[in-house]
Amino acid sequence: MNAVRPASIALHTGPLIDGDRSRLYFWLAICVATTALLTGASLLVGTSSIETSLGWLTSPDAQSSVILWQIRLPRTIGAWFAGALLGLGGAIAQGVFRNPLAEPYLLGTASGAALGVTLSLLAADASIAELAWAGKLGVTGAACVGAVAAIALTILLSRGVLQTANQLLAGIVVAFLLSAVTSLLLLTKPELWRAMQSFLLGSTGFLNWSSASLLGIVFCICALPAALFARGLDALSLGEDTAASLGLSLPKLRLCMLGILSLATAAAVGEVGVVGFVGLVAPHLVRESVAVNNRQLLLGAPLCGGALLQAADLVSRWVIHPAELPVGAVTAAVGGTYLVVLLWRRSRRE
Amino acid sequence: MVGGVRARGKRRAAPWFSLCVLVLAGCHAGVASGANVVRDDLQRDIHFEHAPQRIVTLLPSLTETVCALGACGRLVATDRYSNWPSQVLALPKAGGLDDAEIELIVSLKPDLVLLSRSERITDRLAELGIPSFALNTDRFADIARNITTVGNILGVPERASILNDTITDEVNAIGAQARAARHGAEPTVYFEVDPTPYAAGPGSFIGELLTQLGTRNIVSADLGAFPKLNPEYVVRENPDVIFIADKDAQHLSDRPGWADIRAVRERRLCSFESDVSDTIVRPGPRVADGMHAMADCLRRVNP
Repeated sequence: MNAVRPASIALHTGPLIDGDRSRLYFWLAICVATTALLTGASLLVGTSSIETSLGWLTSPDAQSSVILWQIRLPRTIGAWFAGALLGLGGAIAQGVFRNPLAEPYLLGTASGAALGVTLSLLAADASIAELAWAGKLGVTGAACVGAVAAIALTILLSRGVLQTANQLLAGIVVAFLLSAVTSLLLLTKPELWRAMQSFLLGSTGFLNWSSASLLGIVFCICALPAALFARGLDALSLGEDTAASLGLSLPKLRLCMLGILSLATAAAVGEVGVVGFVGLVAPHLVRESVAVNNRQLLLGAPLCGGALLQAADLVSRWVIHPAELPVGAVTAAVGGTYLVVLLWRRSRRE
Repeated sequence: MVGGVRARGKRRAAPWFSLCVLVLAGCHAGVASGANVVRDDLQRDIHFEHAPQRIVTLLPSLTETVCALGACGRLVATDRYSNWPSQVLALPKAGGLDDAEIELIVSLKPDLVLLSRSERITDRLAELGIPSFALNTDRFADIARNITTVGNILGVPERASILNDTITDEVNAIGAQARAARHGAEPTVYFEVDPTPYAAGPGSFIGELLTQLGTRNIVSADLGAFPKLNPEYVVRENPDVIFIADKDAQHLSDRPGWADIRAVRERRLCSFESDVSDTIVRPGPRVADGMHAMADCLRRVNP
């Protein structure tokens, strides 16, 4: 059993083996079924009791149909796509950096997005001429631009896409630098702290159809090329020298993968804020359940991440309704617990 | 639970109030010589040998309270957010409550630092031998209580009681007028503190003002002072009037489902300039101004 489970939290940098296909398909079917179930449940869970929501479904009026079809459904679908993008980003990051702790925010995206949001909030508040561009972008656009800019800065500082260790270090440096700038800016406008905190804890509350469809489009743009390059990641998992000797163009592979990573993360962060742990946990959850190669992982991690964020969204609006928990706090609690269990199980096995 | 705290506050108030009256009765010109012992909201007994003459305030509402008691001249520094009355703008700024500039405060040699509860700062100031006095400034009732307390510390209790009477009369008049104008109708209101969305619940200072204006808050008291709401809740409650920051008001109908809310559909929105909104969010002596602005807007959008 252990022999066919090469992926592990302690060390997954070894070659990934083609897993048992039927088990994989069974598992993916479970993910899809969970998503369908959660989508259905999301129509029933909100500020009203489940009985009331059921009543709305059978005999809708103007207000209840707005709540069901303009608020609850786009919210849960948007949450799925955001989670899927984060899961995909996590799988790519762990493959490219061959590090089980890699996650979508590794290259400074979260701090970059936070800085973008701060600038846009400042612009909206103070109408400073130099910040007019940030105001026009809105919170979502500013977060995207900030995330992409942070990745670009990281790659620039690490002098190219090939330097794995440099990139990780540069990512940390960029994250700290941008956070420092954000803190300094917020010091001048303390009333923005609360908005900032909500962004940093993630929020699915205002996802509408246009944000859900934007996330959907970005997911399609990211998922297809990621699947095409998955074999390259498999070769990379054998080590950079081996991969190069197999005729793999490492710069091209890494550049494409980092491009997909930044697009996926930027879109997700822009729409739902810095939701933690989904990108880290989703790939691990897939690997723990079925032995997979990278292509299967790039398929499984988004399905799993989507269902995870959907579930977290459901919990966040249900636990203390009609008030709401920050969705990132829910994912952190659930994801953190899962990682602890995973570590504990592994150490006991060894 | 809130009721319990308030009741305790009242019980606590009685002994020192009478003590102050006794002390003040025994000396001339309202300046207490000897022990004027006042208990602050950190339950510390603070001794005042004489009325403080060099005061640092670390909260705008306390700056305003000191100035409204005619003691603006005794301020030597304020926090960076204090901006009323305009004469305090010229004073040194000693940071904020969370990041007070201890060194600057020490260098000004104050004989009193007024602040709200922040043990980190009061402990540090105590180590450095600088007296500080902590006051809760969250609720409507805190306004009158703090004016009385600060008035006693400053040696101007008569002024404090006149100020309190004025504020009470104005607030009551504005409330009564607003309720009478609507003939008992209770519009439902949603006060957005922050677009994520956080609301001001009935237990918050803002919520208390809204209640006195005869409106019904869509947020129930059990959700706490500033709950983070599920946006769907606001759509369901369909408030008659929304209080919201100007920059967010323009984008309200972009939020999913919000275009159908009565207040949004009929543009029954109240936004305030920052100098006016200061009077609404700060539980201080200008509370009547803030309430007046809210009542004006309610009359305009919900006749």
